[in-house]
Amino acid sequence: MNIEAIGAALGLEVKCGRESLGKNVTGGYTGDLLSDVMGNAKEGYIWITRQVHQNIVAVASLKELAGIILINACEPARETLEKAEAEKIPILVSDLPAFELSGRIYNLLTSGS
Amino acid sequence: MLKIYNCDLHIHTCLSPCAELDMHPKALVERALARHLDIIAVSDHNASANVPYVMAAAAGKNIRIIPAMEITTSEEVHLLALFGSLSDLLELQSIVDRHLFGENDEDRFGVQAVVNERGEVEGLNNQLLIGATDLPIDAIVDIIHGLGGLAVPAHIDRESFSVLSQLGFIDESSHFDALEISKRMGMREGRIRYAELARYPFVTSSDAHFLKDIGTSTTPILLKEATFEEIRMAVFGQNGRQILEKQC
Repeated sequence: MNIEAIGAALGLEVKCGRESLGKNVTGGYTGDLLSDVMGNAKEGYIWITRQVHQNIVAVASLKELAGIILINACEPARETLEKAEAEKIPILVSDLPAFELSGRIYNLLTSGS
Repeated sequence: MLKIYNCDLHIHTCLSPCAELDMHPKALVERALARHLDIIAVSDHNASANVPYVMAAAAGKNIRIIPAMEITTSEEVHLLALFGSLSDLLELQSIVDRHLFGENDEDRFGVQAVVNERGEVEGLNNQLLIGATDLPIDAIVDIIHGLGGLAVPAHIDRESFSVLSQLGFIDESSHFDALEISKRMGMREGRIRYAELARYPFVTSSDAHFLKDIGTSTTPILLKEATFEEIRMAVFGQNGRQILEKQC
């Protein structure tokens, strides 16, 4: 399943990185501590977070994550959007809290298997 | 002539919920003098009401008080702000007050006492000082610099509330003036562990929440006199002023 399909299924707002929405999502990771995400997220994962600082783009790029979904309708910082656009990292926004969003994405990713 | 000043640039008072009540201004200054500290920064969590009392307690004594605050950013990073004057700190306080929400619960988080230089309780702060502001770290750094202060991420080696735990790494676009290494790690180990941060000056401080901890980790700094401006020059490596890391 790619990010575009997840976004469509859950009504997510795409903030940037549209050209990379076709990336295949291999799993997910939920967390706000970037040190933790750097240690535990894996290539192709979708990352669910409340963190909006620009460093999230670098972490997503470094770990080759499929994209970032911000929870609770929070707005990414301007620098974050600019960096994500430049790095072609999709950032989407959900109205849901992390627990609920993670559960729904988990179901989407495992329903086919 | 330049001489070495013994500095502990991160000390809490009894206004911080996690600090002991014995950390009132008079006792704090007495202990700092007993520990032969020349310059201390008084930095409570998101608060500053005890700083003038610490300055009053230190008046006429051989110690300089740097007005400071340990702000919690929206990313839950602890960031030290050090200033040349109390009015600059109060300016920051007025901004922080507009961006800090919630009420303290003394039973859960601890008492937040404002105590004067004679050891008398002036009042209790009921803000949720242990909480985070909704100000992003980069915005707070800009505010601190706008007020002429120094912005120093606290205890970067710690696994909680540090710029590295919360934000993973320090981006080159960050305008921090120095980085604080906790006493648990120490300066020497910090330089080895964080070789990629060589461009930043390091300081190490006690982060004391208890009287017994004051001065347990200090930074010797070569200065002409004990002022904030001199410390500022040392941080920027100007006019021979310098942080003597190797003597930490």
